[in-house]
Amino acid sequence: MSSLQQKRPLSPHLQIYKIQITSLLSILHRGTGILLFLGSIVWALWFVALAAGPESYGQLQALFLHPVGLLFLMGWAFSFFYHLCNGLRHLMWDLGYGYDMPTVRFTGWAVVGSSVVLTVMVGVIGFMLMGIWNEV
Amino acid sequence: MKFETDLHRAKGLGSAKRGLIHWMAQRVTAVALIPLGIWFVGAFLLLIFAPFDQARLWLSSPWVVTATILFVLALFYHGCLGMQGIWEDYIPHEGTRWGVILATKFLGIFLSLVSIVSILKVYLNP
Repeated sequence: MSSLQQKRPLSPHLQIYKIQITSLLSILHRGTGILLFLGSIVWALWFVALAAGPESYGQLQALFLHPVGLLFLMGWAFSFFYHLCNGLRHLMWDLGYGYDMPTVRFTGWAVVGSSVVLTVMVGVIGFMLMGIWNEV
Repeated sequence: MKFETDLHRAKGLGSAKRGLIHWMAQRVTAVALIPLGIWFVGAFLLLIFAPFDQARLWLSSPWVVTATILFVLALFYHGCLGMQGIWEDYIPHEGTRWGVILATKFLGIFLSLVSIVSILKVYLNP
C-alpha cells in the first residue's frame, strides 16, 4: 500500500461524523427495542407475582414505587411510545411511502414530539392514579 | 444472467432463502402489537399501583385473558426477532453469535410460557 493510500481518511469516520436526525433516530429504535425486551422480563415477573399471591405482588409493587423503579417505568414508557411511533414510520417505509428527505426529517421530528408528549401524559396519569389507589 | 459464480454456490454461501419469513414475522407481530401494546400499556397504567385484588379482578374476563395472552405471544416473538437482528449485527464470532441467539430464544420461550401459565392460573382460580 502506498503512503498516499495510507493517509486517506475513512469516510464516513465515526469520530468526526455529524449526527443527523435520521441516523440518531435509527440508533434510538434499536436502543429502545433493547430496553423494551428487558422490560418484557419485568412484565413476565408481574404475571408470575400476580399468580403467586399478595406477598410477591406487594414486593414487586414496592420495587415499582422506589425512585429507581419509577425511573425504569418512565424509561420503559418512553421506549414504548418511541418504538411504537417510529415503528409506524418503518411500516410506512415498508409500504413504499415517505422516502424523500424533507418527509423523512418531518416524520422523524413528529415521532420525537409525539413520543415525548405521550410519555409526559402517561407520567401525569400514572402519578394521579398513584394517589387514587392510595386512598382505596 | 446470474451474478453468482459456481464456486460460490458450491460452497453453500449466500442467502438461505429463509430470511423473508423472519422479515414478514417481524412486521406481522409489529402490526399486531400496535393495538395490543396500546391496550396493555393502558391497562397496566391503571393497574400498576392498584391493590392485589383489583389487579387479579382484571384477569377474570375471557376477553381480557385472551388479549393478554396474544399480547405476550406477539411481544416475545417480536422481541426475540429484534434481538436476533441486533446480535447478528454486533457479534462477529459465529459460535458466540449462535449461542447468544439460541439463549435469547430459550429465554423468550420460557418467559412467554411462564407468563401464560401465570395468567391462566389467575383466571382459573378467581
